[in-house]
Amino acid sequence: MIALLAFYLFATLTIASAVLVVFARNPVHSVLWLIVAFFNAAGLMLLTGAEFIAMLLVIVYVGAVAVLFLFVVMMLDIDFAQLRSGVTRNLPFGLLIALVLLAEIVIAVSAYRAGPVFERGAAAPAANAVPNIEALGHELYSRYLLPFELAGLILLVAMIGAIVLTHRSRGDGRRQNASRQIARRPEDAVKIAKPQVGQGVEL
Amino acid sequence: MIGLVHYLTVAAILFVIGVLGIFLNRRNVILMLMAIELLLLAVNINFVAFSAFLGDMKGQIFSMFVLTVAAAEAAIGLAILVIFFRRRGTIAVDAADRMRG
Repeated sequence: MIALLAFYLFATLTIASAVLVVFARNPVHSVLWLIVAFFNAAGLMLLTGAEFIAMLLVIVYVGAVAVLFLFVVMMLDIDFAQLRSGVTRNLPFGLLIALVLLAEIVIAVSAYRAGPVFERGAAAPAANAVPNIEALGHELYSRYLLPFELAGLILLVAMIGAIVLTHRSRGDGRRQNASRQIARRPEDAVKIAKPQVGQGVEL
Repeated sequence: MIGLVHYLTVAAILFVIGVLGIFLNRRNVILMLMAIELLLLAVNINFVAFSAFLGDMKGQIFSMFVLTVAAAEAAIGLAILVIFFRRRGTIAVDAADRMRG
């Protein structure tokens, strides 16, 4: 009973906040609603027993991606009212696309339910005694080791790409110039002066 | 009792909202990126629901990979957005017509 209640609570809040992400006037509010949607989706995943993915969703999406969005939204000085001007014009078209997609999904599901398109393999094994994270780790570090490493590589490439794209050299950085250092000779740099008494040194 | 269909329904509605967001905000790239995040979230919910339904960990493994790609995509997309804003002073998609595509 409590699980039923929790599911409907999480599902309703996820969908409601997703709608608000799309329709919020202020993009900062959009990002905040996105965070709410991620939290509730994490709750949904928790109900299925996928604890690790749920925690990952909170850490990665809320902790990293949403904060990144918030940072960019607040950093860029944009006239958002002007950007939203096209919404009313696009509304009928967007609603049409959404309705077509919804109809397709409904038809596909009902077609699937009408007849056995494919048999579900032998009934799902009983609830396993191994904890979720342990089972995930066994799979991830044995059979899926290569994709796992490739995922890490993708993240590295994304990080380097983001830095290279947004880095802006301002021209006043003091970087080492090795050839200039080597080409420098004592006679250019040092001048030996023997000033007479009572006279200064000419620089 | 909560079944697979419940989860698939939630994911489908979330996906439709994401597509609606992409088509509605044709001028604001940040909102389009957020809508893409919603689409990937819907895909993740599907993966996890099927994983629980079939008693197979593969769904959760691939959900992690989707999460990785979503994070990388957000980072690169926002970086491109920042340099685009620096050059053109706007983030409207209509302004990105330098290549006459």
